[in-house]
Amino acid sequence: MDWMMYIKTFLIGGALCAIGQALIDYTKLTPARILVSYVVAGVILGGLGLYQPLVDFAGAGATVPLTGFGWLLSKGVKEAVAEKGLLGILSGGLTATSAGIAAAVFFGLVFALIFKPKDKN
Amino acid sequence: MSMTPQEYDAINQRYSPASKGWKTIPLAWLFGGLICCIGQAFSDCYSALGLEKDIASAGVSITLVFLAALLTGFGIYDNIAKYGGAGCLVPITGFSNAVSSPALEFKSEGLILGLGAKMFVIAGPVIVYGTAASIIYGLIIYLFHLY
Amino acid sequence: MPYRIGKYTLALEKPPIILSCASVGSKKEGEGPLKDCFDYMEQDSYFGQNTWEKAESRIQREAVNRALAKGELDPSDIDYVFAGDLLNQCTSSVYGLRELGIPLFGLYGACSTMAESLSLASIFVDSGAGGKCVAVTSSHFCSAERQFRFPLEYAGQRTPTSQWTVTGGGAAVIGRGEAPPFIRAITTGTVEDYGIKDANNMGAAMAPAASATICRFFKDTGLQPDQFDMIVTGDLGYVGSGILLELTEKEGIDIHRQHQDCGLLIFDREKQPEVQAGGSGCGCSGSVLCGHILPQIQKGSLKNVLFIATGALMSTTSVQQGDTIPGIAHLVYLSFNMEDIKFTNPEKNCCVHGGRKGGA
Repeated sequence: MDWMMYIKTFLIGGALCAIGQALIDYTKLTPARILVSYVVAGVILGGLGLYQPLVDFAGAGATVPLTGFGWLLSKGVKEAVAEKGLLGILSGGLTATSAGIAAAVFFGLVFALIFKPKDKN
Repeated sequence: MSMTPQEYDAINQRYSPASKGWKTIPLAWLFGGLICCIGQAFSDCYSALGLEKDIASAGVSITLVFLAALLTGFGIYDNIAKYGGAGCLVPITGFSNAVSSPALEFKSEGLILGLGAKMFVIAGPVIVYGTAASIIYGLIIYLFHLY
Repeated sequence: MPYRIGKYTLALEKPPIILSCASVGSKKEGEGPLKDCFDYMEQDSYFGQNTWEKAESRIQREAVNRALAKGELDPSDIDYVFAGDLLNQCTSSVYGLRELGIPLFGLYGACSTMAESLSLASIFVDSGAGGKCVAVTSSHFCSAERQFRFPLEYAGQRTPTSQWTVTGGGAAVIGRGEAPPFIRAITTGTVEDYGIKDANNMGAAMAPAASATICRFFKDTGLQPDQFDMIVTGDLGYVGSGILLELTEKEGIDIHRQHQDCGLLIFDREKQPEVQAGGSGCGCSGSVLCGHILPQIQKGSLKNVLFIATGALMSTTSVQQGDTIPGIAHLVYLSFNMEDIKFTNPEKNCCVHGGRKGGA
């Protein structure tokens, strides 16, 4: 096992979350806006080729946070445009991220059907 | 009482307790970092099982999404997030929680307009703006042959 | 008949009394400092129902039924019920009180509803329009969170200025009689808005309204804060209470000694840190008034009390459209003795029976 990799994952992944927390605590941005900004930032950084080095460096530390979701969208679009041309602009992003989205929808549905909202009082 | 909103806000600021950033930010770092490390551990496992890199990576997302949805169903995920803050929001587990929590909560308004429609009330914007940004990016690289 | 003193205050000529009252709470309220004050305490916050909304209706029904039972009254003895809650279209009140068969006025004053319903019930009784009236409100943490914030299972953190909606309610039966607590006067609030936009800081949104109403009461009646044992606001919480004391002091009225806040009484911020700045919701002022304050006036351990319930009048739509959050506060003057304090309005623009006599 590569312990260095875990240290790097912890540092980068944690730092991305810590920035989010600082934005929640010290700006008027709501969590929903921050998540949207993270994804869009991921697309932009991915498009500019700045996110791939982070993924190579920190692995899951860069792919698990939502910026990684944005990076995956941009990566998918880039590959699909190269492969399919015009159609790839529309199909690439969601194709690359489809597993995560479909999993969230399906598991969300299944567990919503099984469980009952818990007492939070 | 005559006072402008600015003057009133100055009074408000004096009585509003500040966020405890010295506590919340390190906690967000810790929880977020740990969730990413769990993802890395799954990634290593799947690679060791001989899965290709892209498939292993998708498998990590699916696994984390599954676990977060399960913990949401048990009512545990939001209790962890009380401490973890953004550390539990920013990773893909937070996305999963954002989908499953309204689905569960609004089941009482029916399976179609309750569970089905409200599922995207928080996570929807992430998909909308993420996809839109990726399409704009696609247009740019297509038009300027940057691929 | 109620008669007007000053511009904002109505004095009740033959002060109506609280015949009986009851309060309802749930688990978190039962872990707080007022745990022994509730007539009905349910550990299960579903209250045996299958949705939070039905649970809140049950709270309101329990509060009214228990208040009636304590006064040995039947729903048919009641002429009007004034009821309100936080949910859209006041559904908790409507469904909760559906089976009682009492003529109903549904009210919305956000968290100020307990004072609003008490005010209207008192006017009805003092004017002779109603013999016995009930004032009731409720709120439920889970139904309010779902309507105003996020799903309960969502991983959002609460900010330090946010307040915790009380799961509970209070009901009071108002009628004629010679035993305390007496309802002496009411001051109806105006909508006050000083530009607060943060829906997680309702104390700050409501404090100016509370300050305005309190100052107007003292101006209208000519009374002094020293004549009161307790000046209790509804749910300003930690933030709003601090602001209120500063605002009233600016107006030359010092209420430091008498001021309490239901939102700070019902929860212990040290032992229950998740409530952040304190309690809120119509059920907060409702249950604290009916479970904690009225019984003390009844016993005589409190002689003169000003009860000022405060409400933040926003909706989810107005907040999402970026609008400011207006506040309102209604005051009810309650006393142990019928007439130990006389109103001495310094402006002499007293009006008898609604007709203006002299002055403005």
